Amino acid sequence: MASPSIPAYNSSPLENSSSQNASRESLKMEPLADVALLPGEERVIDKDLIYMCPFSGAVKGKVFITNYRLYFKGTDTDPTVTLDVPLGVISRVEKMGGASSRGENSYGLDITCKDMRNLRFALKQEGHSRRDIFEILFRFAFPLSHGLQLFAFQSQEKYEENGWNVYKPLEEYRRQGLPNEKWRVSFINERYELCDTYPTLLVVPFKASEEDLKRVATFRSRSRIPVLSWIHPENHAVITRCSQPLVGMSGKRNRDDERYLDLIREANGTPKLTIYDARPNVNAVANKATGGGYEGDDAYQNAELVFLDIHNIHVMRESLKKLKDIVYPNVEESHWLSSLESTHWLEHIKLVLSGAIQVADKVSSGNSVVVHCSDGWDRTAQLTSLAMLMLDSHYRTLRGFQVLLEKEWISFGHKFASRIGHGDKNHADQDRSPIFVQFIDCVWQMTKQFPTAFEFNERLLVAIVDHLYSCRFGTFLYNCESVRDSNEVRTKTVSLWSLINSDTSSYLNPFYTVESSRVLYPVASMRHLELWVTYYIRWNPRIRQQQQSPVEQRYKELLALRDQYLKKLEELQLSDSSPPPHLTNSSTPNAASPTQRVTHLQTPF
Amino acid sequence: MLSLGSGGPKPAKPSFVSYVTPGEINSEKDSSKKVEHLDLLPGEVVFCSATPVLRYTQDDLSQRGVFGTLLCTNFRVSFISDESPQEEVAQHFKNRLYGENDIPLSCVDQIYGVYDEKKKLITGGQVKNKYPSKIIFHCRDLRVFQFCLTYAKEEDGRRIFQGVVRHCLEPKSLKCVFAFSYSVPAKPVLQENQRTVMFESLEDWHQEMRRTKGDCKPIRDNEAFEISHRLPKYFIVPAAVETEDLSKCEGKGIPIWCWSHHSGCALFKMASVPLGQEDTMSQSHMERMLHAVAQNYLYSVKTEDLTETLPTLQDIQQSYNKFKQFFLIDNTMDFWLSDVKWFSSLENSGWLDMIRQCLRKAMEVVECLEKENTNVLIMEEGGSDLCCVVSSLVQIMLDPYFRTMVGFQSLVQKEWVSGCHQFLDRSNHLHQKEKECQSPVFLLFLECVWQLVQQHSPAFQFSETYLTVLSDSIHVPIFSTFLFNSAHHKASVLQAESPRSQNEVLTCPPVWDWSVQFDCKAQDFFINPLYAEKNKPDKTQRKTHKPKHQRQLSLPSSAFKTPPKKGFFKEETESLKKMLRMRRVSRWLVSPDSPQASTREFYESWQRKPLDYHGVLLPCLDGPAMRVWMQRYLRWIPELQIFGGGAIAVTNRLAELQGEVVQLRRELDRQGRRENKPDNHRPLALSRSSVRLSSSFPFASNRNWSFKPVIPNSRLHSIDVTDNLANQEDEATEAFTVV
Repeated sequence: MASPSIPAYNSSPLENSSSQNASRESLKMEPLADVALLPGEERVIDKDLIYMCPFSGAVKGKVFITNYRLYFKGTDTDPTVTLDVPLGVISRVEKMGGASSRGENSYGLDITCKDMRNLRFALKQEGHSRRDIFEILFRFAFPLSHGLQLFAFQSQEKYEENGWNVYKPLEEYRRQGLPNEKWRVSFINERYELCDTYPTLLVVPFKASEEDLKRVATFRSRSRIPVLSWIHPENHAVITRCSQPLVGMSGKRNRDDERYLDLIREANGTPKLTIYDARPNVNAVANKATGGGYEGDDAYQNAELVFLDIHNIHVMRESLKKLKDIVYPNVEESHWLSSLESTHWLEHIKLVLSGAIQVADKVSSGNSVVVHCSDGWDRTAQLTSLAMLMLDSHYRTLRGFQVLLEKEWISFGHKFASRIGHGDKNHADQDRSPIFVQFIDCVWQMTKQFPTAFEFNERLLVAIVDHLYSCRFGTFLYNCESVRDSNEVRTKTVSLWSLINSDTSSYLNPFYTVESSRVLYPVASMRHLELWVTYYIRWNPRIRQQQQSPVEQRYKELLALRDQYLKKLEELQLSDSSPPPHLTNSSTPNAASPTQRVTHLQTPF
Repeated sequence: MLSLGSGGPKPAKPSFVSYVTPGEINSEKDSSKKVEHLDLLPGEVVFCSATPVLRYTQDDLSQRGVFGTLLCTNFRVSFISDESPQEEVAQHFKNRLYGENDIPLSCVDQIYGVYDEKKKLITGGQVKNKYPSKIIFHCRDLRVFQFCLTYAKEEDGRRIFQGVVRHCLEPKSLKCVFAFSYSVPAKPVLQENQRTVMFESLEDWHQEMRRTKGDCKPIRDNEAFEISHRLPKYFIVPAAVETEDLSKCEGKGIPIWCWSHHSGCALFKMASVPLGQEDTMSQSHMERMLHAVAQNYLYSVKTEDLTETLPTLQDIQQSYNKFKQFFLIDNTMDFWLSDVKWFSSLENSGWLDMIRQCLRKAMEVVECLEKENTNVLIMEEGGSDLCCVVSSLVQIMLDPYFRTMVGFQSLVQKEWVSGCHQFLDRSNHLHQKEKECQSPVFLLFLECVWQLVQQHSPAFQFSETYLTVLSDSIHVPIFSTFLFNSAHHKASVLQAESPRSQNEVLTCPPVWDWSVQFDCKAQDFFINPLYAEKNKPDKTQRKTHKPKHQRQLSLPSSAFKTPPKKGFFKEETESLKKMLRMRRVSRWLVSPDSPQASTREFYESWQRKPLDYHGVLLPCLDGPAMRVWMQRYLRWIPELQIFGGGAIAVTNRLAELQGEVVQLRRELDRQGRRENKPDNHRPLALSRSSVRLSSSFPFASNRNWSFKPVIPNSRLHSIDVTDNLANQEDEATEAFTVV
């Protein structure tokens, strides 16, 4: 049944569908008659129609819809045009044209996707030909709106590794040297009674009692009290995260909250605790009207407050929407740069990164920090996780990065379900926002600036963002731990890390150099930030999709050459008296050995 | 005393050019002890100096700096720090002619004076009684220097200011350029196997024609520049051009052969002849020339007047002037202020678009040669600016030989030096007043090449660093390559300046003699470690590539080829005549409604085929693909150094591994089991990972980059969110409900 080789083929199901990958796709499809289904995937409907490809024009072909994906295969075109779209990626399905519409191919379906593309299919005008496919697509793309299950709960995939074991909170805190005499592990939230959007396990100041925590919770939005995210191994400065204080219009104070923040400051003798409020100053002020606000100077004597000017989820959503407009289907040419600037996407990236740099810099110079925004699950998660990525090289490894995501994003309640809208038909939901994509973009910017500092490569980042939408894995489903628990996600679905960790080789960066205690400070200047073309513009065949960068290829050739030489040397040393023919033999072409190929390609020697 | 050069075996040649007044020379005594520290080049003379001068370290507004001596010689403006020279932080990439604190005179782009906190642009020729408290240099290699003059004696301060302004900004004669004072003992000419073809002899041209299997006529009638001063001694024209045609239009209107495609068609360039309505003589001449070109292969020709379709020299100059300002940054504040509008500023300068236009034009020519197999004649007024850009780019795209270092250098010799590009006037080394002739055309070409290099790195033997250094060398006034306007100009100047005695040689080396600037180790940085050398045993590397390469487009071109001869010929002539009368040259191939569609299609059909680095190479011209030459433009900006990062981190890893492989290979060889091939490839001598490099490596490598992160002045940002989204609450719904 579920042999591990099938997932390996499907490891990046959303890759560019046309031209280059065509041959590979067809390789995958032919032997299994049309579509290689995932275990648990079932075919629902097939239909002949025309794919209105923005790059190669109208393509006749056949579409297959399963409970997981929409698969299209062009018939008479060379190269074969294929599409492989997980239904989770779809944000909107619309009918285009009517029965009486004029013009060729004016009747059909318009599909808006969350991954920077739109699809348009044309059908024959007669006989309500699109009715069935529209309805099926609508049901299966938005199962939650139709009382159906997400595909992750139907999937029968099996992997060698169980990705749910990647993150064990206690283990991670122990790795950080916790608990210690200043910080303790609290189980107060074991039943999500203190805060329903926090994980069960929290690290808090040793001196703060459970009663203190409860009282602080009353003064923090949605009870998201300041808890430890990361502790510096040497200076013991900490990153703590929380939501905004409930100051309100009247400027309320809460002695317990004030004392609690002072305990955080005290823990490593930081003279002044720095509170980073991710929001722009004006927004923080405006939040007072709805009961929120920020830590006032007089109330928090030993703290300094810094606003990081990062905009809210609505601004980010509109920014990415604008970006999509300029990259899909056509990329601007002569006004590319000003169009890019007008989306502000990179400018937002710059602000997020520069905020994280400030947090990391503060901590590495020995000062503890508190990070919050309004609720502490969007911008706060971005800032703490990026700062941790800069400070702690463990998070730059393949597994460490998974831990970082599990911890700062998933367990601390980034509202994935609301932000992505998994299986939900309400495409205009104001809660949707690409905050997590923006974070992954920031990570990508860092990997670009420090190409040897990360164990994982770009393919991992793309796979993460792809499966953020695909609903094939349980990893990014639901808004917080408590809901995940009640839906038994860990037992009923497969983790994305099962897929990744069962085949790590394709996600590893060959240039990775271990440098354990190094702090990475990216340069947050527009001069160095670039658009993540291989993600945002990957559907455009004109943007070359190099399977492997030439540098990477060359490096691997050299690695193979080195191994070959090492082996030969070893052979020589083993058999000093061996006759020359032995070696002549080894240098004759021997079938498809990879090292042999390298010998042909070798250049400067 | 003046400390003169100690490099040569004998005292340097006394300069017969009077640069300075006697007063200036006398004043040097007091500072001569400082001057000792300066290693003067042979022939270099100090004009004036001032001490103490504060050199600001660019990092911030704190006005911190280093004290030292500022001096001006006939070669450079130099700052010598009072601080004991830092123990050489393993200088990987030291220029032998000038250091990081030296500015060759012709490398000075602009000088600003700060008077009472006000920054003013200094121009030559002004009367300057008052000298500024602070002097700012903007260099053509994008460095910025700021010196405070207030600590020096008033007299010294004034003198150094006036000296610098005079020598850097005011018009001077070519004789005053340092090349004519610089004298080093002549070195034996290296008998390299592969040397740069200089195209100064008839044989060089013959060889190039053999290499490309061209079938045109070499001309030697201009040996004494009788035909034209704007043509080289030797050149090649279509076989059908008659000798008497050559002297018709004062050297204009002659189709000069550039390169032959393996199909037989060829690329020609020409200085266009102004065609008056009544001027039947030149009209008939042009017709004859077009025929001659057409006859080269299958009676086909496409012509393009580049003056009509590419930017003018003034446009190029203006655009570059705007563009470079974004990199000449005085302080951190300005840096972050300009960061917000970075992309639109770049776009407004138009520089990237000019690069794109040149590349696109070259692609159109490539399409004609490669797909349609027609002869191509490109023209412009002088035939030595954009013609050089386009013809060189075409050859790089089509002929892998020009993507090797020697090939590339030969190409510059062929198209630019022999092609009589007016290097001297375009760079305005002499600060002549007529600014119209100044234009960074050669730099524009290098920019285009850089785009190709960054898009198709493994296809090029040379590195980005090579191109950056080449672009810097334009402003080092020593190299014959960049000092003259034409072969005739060079010959006449060198004759006039020829040394008095046999012993003294006016060196004036070509820039290709890289040992003048860099030692062997530093030259290793010129080699691209990714270069995919052609994988074949035969030594006949110079042979033209064969059409069987995968990326070679051999689409059926019958639609475009003129059917065999005769009868057709007449018609073609008529149409040509018509074209010429209307002074309009068709934009080949391109249908008027969508001028880009055709090249786009050509690109896409090329892109669909597997990439062959030794075949045809085309650039992607999409917005995101056109980039800023980061190494050249950003290398000196401290805010932008990525410490321990940047592309160099990967190159470094690659070089390490390469070194390891070479070691193993040697070990294997030592064991005597392999045939002993001479190992003529040095491993790249980058520093090992123990030393962390900054992203601007190998440039600016001995600066002490800060470990502290650069934090943007975020208060300055101005995302203007016009709607009220910014004021909305994150959570639209009132109550947070768990699904």
